[in-house]
Amino acid sequence: MNILSDRSRDIGEFVPAEDDDMLICRCEEVTKGEIRKAVHDGMWTITEIRRYLRTGMGLCQGQTCARLVKGIIAKELGISPAELEPATARSPMRPVEMRVMGNEEA
Amino acid sequence: MDKKADVVIIGGGVIGCAAAYYLTKRGKSVIVIEASDNIGNGGSSRNGGGVRQSGRDPRELPLAMYGIEKLWPNLSQELGVDCEYHKDGNLRLGKTQEHLKILQGLTDRATACGLDVRMIDADEVKKINPYLSDEVIGASWCPTDGHANPLVTTLAFYRKARQQGAKFFTGEKVLELRKVKGRVKKVIAEDNVYEGNYVLVAAGYESRDILSSVGIDVPMHKELVECLVTEAQPHMFNQMLGTAEADFYGHQSDHGSFVFGGSSGMELDNLNKGAKNSPSNAAITAPCECRGIMKYFPDLKDAKIVRTWAGEQDVCKDGVPVLGFVDEVPGLVVACGFTGHGFGIAPAVGEQLSRLIVDGETDVDLTPLRYDRFKAKI
Repeated sequence: MNILSDRSRDIGEFVPAEDDDMLICRCEEVTKGEIRKAVHDGMWTITEIRRYLRTGMGLCQGQTCARLVKGIIAKELGISPAELEPATARSPMRPVEMRVMGNEEA
Repeated sequence: MDKKADVVIIGGGVIGCAAAYYLTKRGKSVIVIEASDNIGNGGSSRNGGGVRQSGRDPRELPLAMYGIEKLWPNLSQELGVDCEYHKDGNLRLGKTQEHLKILQGLTDRATACGLDVRMIDADEVKKINPYLSDEVIGASWCPTDGHANPLVTTLAFYRKARQQGAKFFTGEKVLELRKVKGRVKKVIAEDNVYEGNYVLVAAGYESRDILSSVGIDVPMHKELVECLVTEAQPHMFNQMLGTAEADFYGHQSDHGSFVFGGSSGMELDNLNKGAKNSPSNAAITAPCECRGIMKYFPDLKDAKIVRTWAGEQDVCKDGVPVLGFVDEVPGLVVACGFTGHGFGIAPAVGEQLSRLIVDGETDVDLTPLRYDRFKAKI
């Protein structure tokens, strides 16, 4: 088990903040407030936040926002960002057309 | 930390989370133990999102029909999260006469169970989905099938169960079950011992190891499935798609991206070098899927793939899950071996198992899915 294991640990209430409307994941247009709220809904890992809100699932695959998302989750949980595992990197590294990946055209 | 509950659930996937939701809704105390660090990390987040009845084995079809009639329509509202459920039909496509024969067989068996599914010709297929290529010569059409977002649905069940008091523990690997006075009672995990009046094992393929500690063995194996996801595209269609040989499936999500799965035929022999709890894609599969998809949807040739992913399915010997009580082990409830089509029936499975545990009976007959159905050939 680890610091995130007990999902019933009290992390306090969600408190709205002035910068909650700030866009964090630009590809999927996810705001800081949405991420913070999701943490209070029980999404405590970067992977769960990604699956719940789509952060890091857009064109850049999280290469822009991963660090920001990590920091926001850690702060909300009152832990160090080092405690959070990164989300799995997925191929391809850059978006590739279907006809190219299918090898039917160079 | 209280480690006792009415029901201890092993496996924080969509089945475990759904069961936790329906059990806490009915006033039971529940503990859910998940081995990975993430809720819904196995097949629950690694499937095509199909919520279909057509193409199913008659033994599990009643569960699928029950879920689509009673649970899926109000699920988003009930859970307070948009599960992106669509009930816009399923086309199972055929490109050869052989395919049409397979589809006819599936259709006949489903019709006999009372499902509204029928064979349609190429013209009608085109009317329903004008983007399909001319290679498609027919399909089976089930208008009440559909799809939903499996990642969000799993987490929505988790969120609501947690709100209702279910206790979730992640990163906690279960080692074995232990009986007390003949009844399964204790769940021995790496760091803790949990105790329940009932123990529900819903841990995908890993259920096998856990169940073997009380002498139960579900005949199944693991198989890798791989999918690809495109960038968001303009809206094209809402149907769920499959094929006669089940070699290709997919849908367009509300987000606009397409999620397509398929096989290269090399699945059983591909090298999987993925991290623990995160199987890797084989280099050979996504290109093969692209070639397959472009044959069905030529318009998608310029769509960009942003992501590929892989997952393991727990393939049961006879293609349908093992569900319910096990006579040999009082207190034990099993839900595994979903064989790659568990997501669509997950709400029904969770709800019916909660009813089995609380009331000792179910609305849907689960008898054909019992553990004691496996027999040697002689």
